[in-house]
Amino acid sequence: MNLRRAAAASAIALPIIAILGFGLTRDPGEIRSPLPGRMAPDFELPVFAIGEGPLALGTQDTIRLSELRGNVVVLNFWASWCLECRFEHAALSNVAEEYEGRDVRFLGVLYNDSPDLGTRWIRDMGGQRYPSVNDPRKRAAIDYGLYGAPETFFVSKEGIIAYKHVGRVTEGVLRQKIDSLLAVTPQ
Amino acid sequence: MTLVRGFALVLALVSLQVAAQESPLERRTRDVASQLRCPVCQGVSIQDSPSELAVEMKNVVREQLAAGRTPEEVKGYFVEKYGDWVLLEPPATGFNLLVYLLPVFAVLGGLLIVWLAVKRWTAPGADAI
Repeated sequence: MNLRRAAAASAIALPIIAILGFGLTRDPGEIRSPLPGRMAPDFELPVFAIGEGPLALGTQDTIRLSELRGNVVVLNFWASWCLECRFEHAALSNVAEEYEGRDVRFLGVLYNDSPDLGTRWIRDMGGQRYPSVNDPRKRAAIDYGLYGAPETFFVSKEGIIAYKHVGRVTEGVLRQKIDSLLAVTPQ
Repeated sequence: MTLVRGFALVLALVSLQVAAQESPLERRTRDVASQLRCPVCQGVSIQDSPSELAVEMKNVVREQLAAGRTPEEVKGYFVEKYGDWVLLEPPATGFNLLVYLLPVFAVLGGLLIVWLAVKRWTAPGADAI
């Protein structure tokens, strides 16, 4: 009888333990994006921060993502109210400068913010090496399935989203992802 | 008390009036928007969220419905961007099935335990309470 009870208790408890155990192996904050592996949604947005050096554009310009095809594109959604954006800013600017002259383009997309505040923020942060565009209707943000800022997308030379990075991005992550995409020859 | 009742009555009449004035497109938009999760909120639909992103997502819903897409196609658009997570009611497939099946198993298990307990209490020779 005791053996039967133990078997019945195990039959109930073991699946529950297995499910809870499986849950422990997962990050509750991580929501998997379906976007990597798909074509990067195209957009055409106005430039509000022109960038510096050879990557600089005019403020009257617009950028269409598909025109950057043939380059690895690092697409960073940011905002002046976003604390983590403050911490990743130097990494993005430094790595953008490091890869100048190669087939890599960095592009900031201002999310849920005003260009005036964005411009002031860039000035306070000591500048931004690459240009930023404004997404006033948040359509690019929705197209990229954004949950918040910062989020960084790595787009291959063929225009496919290869990686999505949620939260603060580091120089190490940037170099590793960019190098892996530069190593791939477009077919 | 009379004042409260009067206020409730006026509120109900105004709600009815608003519902009656709602266009079919707006009704369909509300229906789809209440099934989509707001990405920047905690378990709230884009219909109920005042956040700017949710408002804009609702505009996308409205535009796509107005362009002739079906509610399923509109929801599919958001699933393509955010995954099944964006649906407040996840589809009953794969791992999600557990969400629907576990409560059923829990109730059945509970009923079994109650049945076994009652059977034991009422068995001949069981101690009277």
